[in-house]
Amino acid sequence: METILALLSGTMVAGSVFLMLSKNLVRFIFGLVLASNAVNLLIFAAGRPDTSRPPLIPQGSLQPVAAVANSLPQALILTAIVIGFALLAFIFILFLRAYQQLGTVDTEAMTDSESGNQDLTPAERPRP
Amino acid sequence: MNGLLVAPIIVPFAAAALSLLGRRRPFFQHVLALTVAAIHLAAGGWLLYRIHHQGIAALHVGAWPAPFGIALVADHLSALMVLITGVVYGAVVVYSRAEISTDDIRRGYYPLLHILVGGISGAFLTGDLFNLYVWFEVMMMASFALLVLGRTRAQLKGGVTYVVINLFATLLFLTGLGLVYGMTGTLNMAHLHLKLRAVADPGQVAAVSMLFLTAFGIKSGLFPLFFWLPASYHTPPVAVSAIFSGLLTKVGVYALIRTFTLLFPFNDNGVQELVLAAAALTMITGVLGAAAQSDIRRILSFHIISQVGYMVLGLGLFTPLALAGAVFYLLHHIVVKANLFLISGLIRERGGSFALKHIGGLYARGLLALLFFIPAFSLAGFPPLSGFWAKMILIRASLDSGQFILAGIAAAVGLLTVYSMTKIWNEAFWKPRPTTETAIVQNHVSVWMTAPIVALVLLTVCIGFWPEPFVQLARTAAEELLDPMAYVYTVVGEMR
Repeated sequence: METILALLSGTMVAGSVFLMLSKNLVRFIFGLVLASNAVNLLIFAAGRPDTSRPPLIPQGSLQPVAAVANSLPQALILTAIVIGFALLAFIFILFLRAYQQLGTVDTEAMTDSESGNQDLTPAERPRP
Repeated sequence: MNGLLVAPIIVPFAAAALSLLGRRRPFFQHVLALTVAAIHLAAGGWLLYRIHHQGIAALHVGAWPAPFGIALVADHLSALMVLITGVVYGAVVVYSRAEISTDDIRRGYYPLLHILVGGISGAFLTGDLFNLYVWFEVMMMASFALLVLGRTRAQLKGGVTYVVINLFATLLFLTGLGLVYGMTGTLNMAHLHLKLRAVADPGQVAAVSMLFLTAFGIKSGLFPLFFWLPASYHTPPVAVSAIFSGLLTKVGVYALIRTFTLLFPFNDNGVQELVLAAAALTMITGVLGAAAQSDIRRILSFHIISQVGYMVLGLGLFTPLALAGAVFYLLHHIVVKANLFLISGLIRERGGSFALKHIGGLYARGLLALLFFIPAFSLAGFPPLSGFWAKMILIRASLDSGQFILAGIAAAVGLLTVYSMTKIWNEAFWKPRPTTETAIVQNHVSVWMTAPIVALVLLTVCIGFWPEPFVQLARTAAEELLDPMAYVYTVVGEMR
């Protein structure tokens, strides 16, 4: 199980790196989604996913009688998913605004913020 | 009394909620922000007083004992960072009164600023690795929104670069902490200090520590991961870039110091040499990058990078004196750098632009010239200003460790910083004003803008003339960092 998860996670990271290296912001977003899920899988793999026994402690004893899956990594993943979702929502809106204002999703075409150019007036803006 | 440890976190968040309720009432938001910044500052001061006199304090949130629950821990370093956060927070809030437009306020400037400060304070106070990740996310979310609040073209472009690289850094951090949990079964940093030493394969630990180094290196603008910083920091309003430049990269530096003293203390596995090399290259590239710029805020942005190099140099040398130097450098730098950004706003008001070629003749404004002169030459390390002591401690520490090349680089970078500051001085102040300019120049600058600058300048002068108490605090912080057993004992107690 862990081997499969490790291989899957590695494949996803490879794919996401390939997508994130693209100049196209849309492909970058897909790479980011893939990468964050790969990391979640990795944390999942850290929590003994070999058993499907629920982590319940019988009445009267202080610890589970048999090996159970660790539920803390799953709680961590849930938190990471929620945070990741909020960030993705923001990044989608940001890229959409950037596309509307700048008329491109190509990162190389966007670089003139570094030359310190003054903002153009709305009439001078290229149409998307 | 340990319950008050949450004050620097909870107070800004409560303010953010209240501020949202009064979104359409700018005056209410200003008053609220001033009050809250004062409370935050007082809480930071109290925290430092208490830590200094009664030792490290820990709070187990929800009464879950460590390592099961989340612990908030304040040692000298945390308390100092929270206090200095309060100082910058206060200065920026006062400055915002005059600088931030009603439009930006309606879009939620103040709630975002409060959330940002809450996140920063949380990152300084937490004793739990996953909780640190959450605070980083909170902080980043607020900073993303603040950066693009004005929705101009430059802001959107800078924002895209900033968001993309920071999200990537966070993923690296999350991967690292997942692997740490897999190896040790705990996320409590004090507990990790004990558990990571017991991991059978030191190679695994070193590999994971590289993930942390890269993630926090991106956050703090370490060579070669700094390119996002000068691409974005000059685009938002001055108040925003002041709080970013003062605090955000320094949270990265703080995280580096914390992880590489508590979790992965250097042993002979090459990480220390790597950190030192990165520090040296960061200092050099930052200062050379600044020399090529001609916009005040971009010059200052590159100087953030070179200064981060000094702090990481202090961490890399890993002696008591060097770490004390790093902590002292953090304190001095946050005050001076935030102040220089605030002053750049004043220069724009008086001269009409941030671009050096469009402005000149500001020497006639005596107060402005003086206000610029003190932090600028403190940054460059002129005696007896605060930067001189900071640089002197670090160079001394390098010499003590036999790192003569690093000491030489640190001194040379100081000289090159003088070059950049002199460039701003010559262009903006000495040079006659370009006659072709028609930019609108304000003849009356609001006292809301001048007051925080004067206060921060006085603080810089104060650190410069009476460095002793600050050096003592930094030394105590460094001792705690190098011998974390008191920290560990306070958090996990007998269970070790």
